[in-house]
Formats: sequence, C-alpha cells, structure tokens
Amino acid sequence: MTPATATPAATPVTATTFDRDALEHLLAASAMPAWVGDRRRAAFESLQTLALPNRRNENWMRTDLRLFKPQAWGLSPRPAAGSVAPEGLLADAIASGAATADSVFDDSAHSVADTSLAGRLVSLDGHVLREDLDPALAKRGVLFGAAENVLAEHGDTLKAHWFSVIDSQCDWFAALHAAFHRASAVLYVPAGVKLAEPLHVMSAIGDGGVDTSHVLVVLGEGAEATLLTETAGGGAAGKTAGGFHCGGTEIVVGRGAFLRMVNLQNWNTGVWHFARQKAVVHENGRLQWTLGALGSRVSQVAQDVALVGRNATAQVNGVMFTEGRQHLVYNTLQHHEAASCKSDLLYKGALQDRSRLVWRGMIKVDKAAQKTDGYQRNDNLMLSNEARADSIPGLEIEADDVRCTHGATSGRVDAEQIFYAQARGLTADEAARLVVAGFFQQVFDRITILPVREALARAIGSRIRRVS
Amino acid sequence: MSASGKQGEKQGGEQLVIKGLHVAVEGQEILKGVDLTIGRGEVHALMGPNGSGKSTLGYAIMGHPSYEVTAGSIELVAADGTRHNVLEMEPDERARAGVFLAFQRPMSIPGVRVADFLRHSVTNVRNPDRKEGQELIPMREFRDELKKKMADLSMDTEFARRYVNDGFSGGEMKRAEILQLAMLRPKFAILDETDSGLDADAVRLASESIARIGGAEMGILIITHHEQLLEHNIPLQTHVMLGGRIVESGGPELAAELHKKGYERIRAAYPDAAAAEKAMEESRTSEPVSA
Repeated sequence: MTPATATPAATPVTATTFDRDALEHLLAASAMPAWVGDRRRAAFESLQTLALPNRRNENWMRTDLRLFKPQAWGLSPRPAAGSVAPEGLLADAIASGAATADSVFDDSAHSVADTSLAGRLVSLDGHVLREDLDPALAKRGVLFGAAENVLAEHGDTLKAHWFSVIDSQCDWFAALHAAFHRASAVLYVPAGVKLAEPLHVMSAIGDGGVDTSHVLVVLGEGAEATLLTETAGGGAAGKTAGGFHCGGTEIVVGRGAFLRMVNLQNWNTGVWHFARQKAVVHENGRLQWTLGALGSRVSQVAQDVALVGRNATAQVNGVMFTEGRQHLVYNTLQHHEAASCKSDLLYKGALQDRSRLVWRGMIKVDKAAQKTDGYQRNDNLMLSNEARADSIPGLEIEADDVRCTHGATSGRVDAEQIFYAQARGLTADEAARLVVAGFFQQVFDRITILPVREALARAIGSRIRRVS
Repeated sequence: MSASGKQGEKQGGEQLVIKGLHVAVEGQEILKGVDLTIGRGEVHALMGPNGSGKSTLGYAIMGHPSYEVTAGSIELVAADGTRHNVLEMEPDERARAGVFLAFQRPMSIPGVRVADFLRHSVTNVRNPDRKEGQELIPMREFRDELKKKMADLSMDTEFARRYVNDGFSGGEMKRAEILQLAMLRPKFAILDETDSGLDADAVRLASESIARIGGAEMGILIITHHEQLLEHNIPLQTHVMLGGRIVESGGPELAAELHKKGYERIRAAYPDAAAAEKAMEESRTSEPVSA
C-alpha cells in the first residue's frame, strides 16, 4: 500500500481564501483552548506546502478533480437570521416513529428505544444553529454538542483524541480540514454509561455553502451509544453554486464499549465531498458503522477502522445509490493491529444513469494480529448501461494464522425478474423498486437501527426511476 | 376433429378466448394459429411434446415482452358479453384483470420475502385501480389469510419469511406458485408444468390443492406431460399441441392415452403439424428453454 503521505513534488495550492487571515480570524473568534489553536496552526503550515492530490496516488487515481477549483471556496458567512437547516432523513425517521416494521413478519433486531433523540446539533454553512442534550444525560457526565463549547469546558478530557486519530497532514483536504474545521461536534460518553436513544448531528449548507465540520466520538470503557450524523443541502448539479464539504470523523471505542455510528451523506448533486474518517476500537469493543451515500457531485471518502485491542469487532456497512453524473470514491481500510479481532465490511451500491462508484478496500493484518477474522465484500447493482462500478479488494497480511476473505459482484436487474413480478400484478416500476430493495436487504438486515434502515430504503426507492 | 370445433362460445359465463394466435420469439414463429376458449369454472389440459409451444402459449397470454404476437387475438369476455383486448394490456394489467401464470421456472428475487412480495401482489390484484404508493392491504388481515392458506397447503409459515424462490428446491418453487394461486384467486390460471420436479406424493397434494383452490370460480389450463395432476382436476377437454397448433381435443381418456402411448398416433394423424414440429426443431439453433 502507498504510504499515507502526500507527494510534495507538485505545486502547492495558493491564492485561496483559506489563508492566514482567515485562520487568525477563526482563532480570534474561538473560545477553544490554546492547544486546539496550536493544532490548527500546525495543520495550516502543512497546508501551505501541499498540492491537490493527483492521480499518481492510488487512493486518488479514480477521482476526477480537474473541475475542482480550491480558489472558488472559502468559509461561509453566518447565514441570515431565521435561516433553517433541513431536518434530515434520519431525524425525520426517528421523529415520525418510522419503525412501523412494514414487513409481514416483524423480525427486526432493534432492541433500543429508537423513537426519540437524546440530543441534537444542527449547523448551517459552518455555523451552529441549535444544540441540545437530554439534561439527564448531561448529569451522568455525557458531553455532547458544538466542539467550541465542549472543548472550552472539558478540553483535558478530549485533548488526547482531538485530531489524534486521523492523519491531518496526509493530503491537502485533510490539512485544510484540520486547519479550518468549524461547527464541529463532540460526543463523549463516560465509562459504563449506556445511552438508549440516538443522538443526531446535522451539518447542512445552502447553495454554494462550505462545511468543514469535524466529528469526534469517544466512548469510555463499557459505554454504549448510537450517533447519527447527516449532511444535506448545497446546490444541485447544473446551474447552481454547488457546495464544498471538507470534513473528518474520529471515533474511539473504549474497552468493551459499543458504538453504532451512522453517517448519511445526502448533499445535493452539485456538492464536492471530501471526508477522512477513522475509528479505533479497543479490547472487546464493538463498532457498527454504517455509511449511507445518496448525494454529492464527487465524493472522496477514506473510511478506516483500526482494531487495536484483543477481541475488538467492527461491522462496516455501506449503502450507496448514485445517479446522474455522480462520482463517488471510497477507500476503506480494516487494520487488524491486535489478535483475535473481527472485521466485516459489506458495501452495496446501486447505480443509475451515468454515475460511477468506486470502492477500494484493504484488509491489513499486522504480525501481532493472529486469529484475525477479516471479511470485505462489495456488491453493485447496475440500473443502466452507462453506469460504471469498480471494486478493488485488497489483502495485506503479515500474520500466519488468520482467516481473511473478500468478494465482489456486479449485476443487473434481470428483465425476467421484472416480468415475473409483473405477472403477479406489480407494475414494472414497483417491480424494479422491489428488486433493488431486495438487493439492499442483506445490508439493511445488518443495520440494527430500524428507522435508519427504513429511511435509507425509502430514499433509495424514491430515486429509482425506471430500469433500462 | 378440429382444434376448437367442439367448443364454441357459451353465453353467460366469463371466458378467456384465444383466436388464431401466432407468436414469434426472436423472429421465429412458434405458435401458428392457436384457438382455445376457457370458461370460468372449467379445467382444460394442454399436452404435447417438448418444444410444441405449450409454454409459449402461457407466456403470450401473460404478456412476456420477448413473445411477440404477430396475428390473432386474446380476449377476456365478461359475463355481460363485454370484450377486453388482453393484448393491449401490460403483464401487470393482465394479472389485475384476473389472469395468472404459474411459471415452469419461477424467478428468484433475493432479499424480498415471499410474504412481502405477496402482500404487494394481493393488494394490486384486489384493487386494480390502486396507484403506486397507496396503502397496502392491512397487515393483520393479510397475515391471517396467508397463514390460513399456508396451513391449507400444509406449508410451514417459516416459508413466507424466505426470499422469493431464492435457493428454493424445484418442489418448493412449485408449492410457492400454488400458494400464490391460492392467495390471488385469479379468474383464469395457466399452470405450466406445476407437476414437474415433484415426487408422486407431492403431485397428488398439488392436484388436490389446485382442485380446492379452483372450484367453480376459476378457469384453469393445466400444461402437463402426465395425467396425475389431472386426478382431482378432471379436464372438460384435453388439447394436444403439435408444431405450434392445437391439433386435437378430447376428453380425459385422451390424456391417459398420450401419457401411456406418446405422440406417434398424433404425428401420424397430423402430418402437416408433425412437419412443422420437425422444421422448428431443426431451425432452433439455440433452443429457448421454455418454448
């Protein structure tokens, strides 16, 4: 694998409005502790030396950045008073109690109260509009809300993790994010505290808006939580200003802790989306991490999971639906650093129109990670002849007593399936939706948060126009 | 004895009426003028050697897009004599108009549970004017009915949780088709070799089930190579297809004769159809499995 460092050969990006003035302005306006500012400055210095990633880098060779103009973007001004962000598909699903179990036999695996939110953070164009947390949880030591406030009061608790999980200098976008993050979210759950209800973070932008939000989740020993994060808004493809997201997510699952994490990327189709996300799972810790992707113009996402303590497990789910000329690229890493850990990744994508979906996965097993059980799989369903999907699994194994497997499939909706369903009274459109829903069922079955499953299924169903 | 000479159109009952039907697949003509009238409450058997066009007739009635009707008509005649042109309907419209085909080789739909599939299906067939997105039939009502129908067919309810035909054995597929027949209660059903892949006991069970489901409400066309399926479904008429035409129709004794003695007498009696059969066989470079 290519080392995760940028090639400095190319010309650094210059003349953006992400400049020293903007940085100083951000620092002056912030009540965050000094060490937060120091980390921003360090990232900013790296940023000055970096060029945009180019196609010689394996992780970027399938991402077309020719039309991305760094000079076109800068931090957005505070939105006008009274501006609102979209509620979000996931928040809506939770609020409407969408867990109606619309299956003849209700065999859903959900066991927690997925019926209301224990806390919410909403931002628009990089400015926090609303934050709240169930006071009962605050009393139990749970920290949740805008990083601005949480770090100002509890910096010592989070200093060891904040921008320590992801590599902030590996490329221009990572450095930009680390220098200019704003409207970021923090969730900290102390040891032994178990949250029954999910928390929700909505990061929205308007047409032409910029979002650089960061998410840090830390679960203490034996803690349990469910965090739903969601992005929405921006301009649609065509004659809008689009939008720019440059984000990062850091997750620390403590010993014996259990986190269910959902990231739904639901930008409009003119938005550039760059995200670096990494989770570290400690001994006996469990992570169920679901990525949903419906939107954006171009996405480049790095999703890494590091299993660093014995018996840590990570289940990674991907649900992608692309259409138009959307181009989404995912680089995933399941890094087994300790013995007897299990990682299980399943990405499923359906592609409509001329869209393109790339998944490049790697299972890396260190010498110490004996008894590793690693699995990765990517299935794609092509809904048009012009769509294109690339699946590139990879294994890099240094231990000798491991079980690592991978698989990838690419298929089409079969005209005979459609006819069969039509012969039973379903319209061709209903039949196509049903076949696509069936395709995703395997990954939905793994997502134990019923409203999330249903929100994704509905969103995908509404996007399927017809099968060619 | 002509193909449809004995039938004529009865007055007063609902009928599925096929006249002079020609059907081509990928430009090759498979059916060369089929006449057949089935009244509601009647059982008809359709027999014939492999490749004679029996499944093609089933697909054409259901509206498979690869089966092109080049001449002739298929109509549904209502009790008051109103005629509906089936050929102008999409396959799903045909299903909602009361036409059903039990597939010889049903398709699998992975990830979609039998029960959920059937709930969609039953909703649409019972509410033919339903628009997509409107409510499905109430869960409780549907579940109770499904459980009862499954019990009637000695099927484990667990079966309804499985994905449609996904990993089903041949016998399970056929039983799933019969379950759908029982739930949808069509006016006219074509059962395409619903007995194939079943052992003798299973065929007997299928035969009994079909008889119970059909009753006086359903017109049934049973496509079969054997006579066991007809044990509890005594056909009003048995039709013999050869070379893309129905060449002879008779009573139950005809089915028994064909099952016992094969088609030599038929081929000898209808040399034109036998020649057509031969020509079709020879021109069939890559045989469509279900022709």
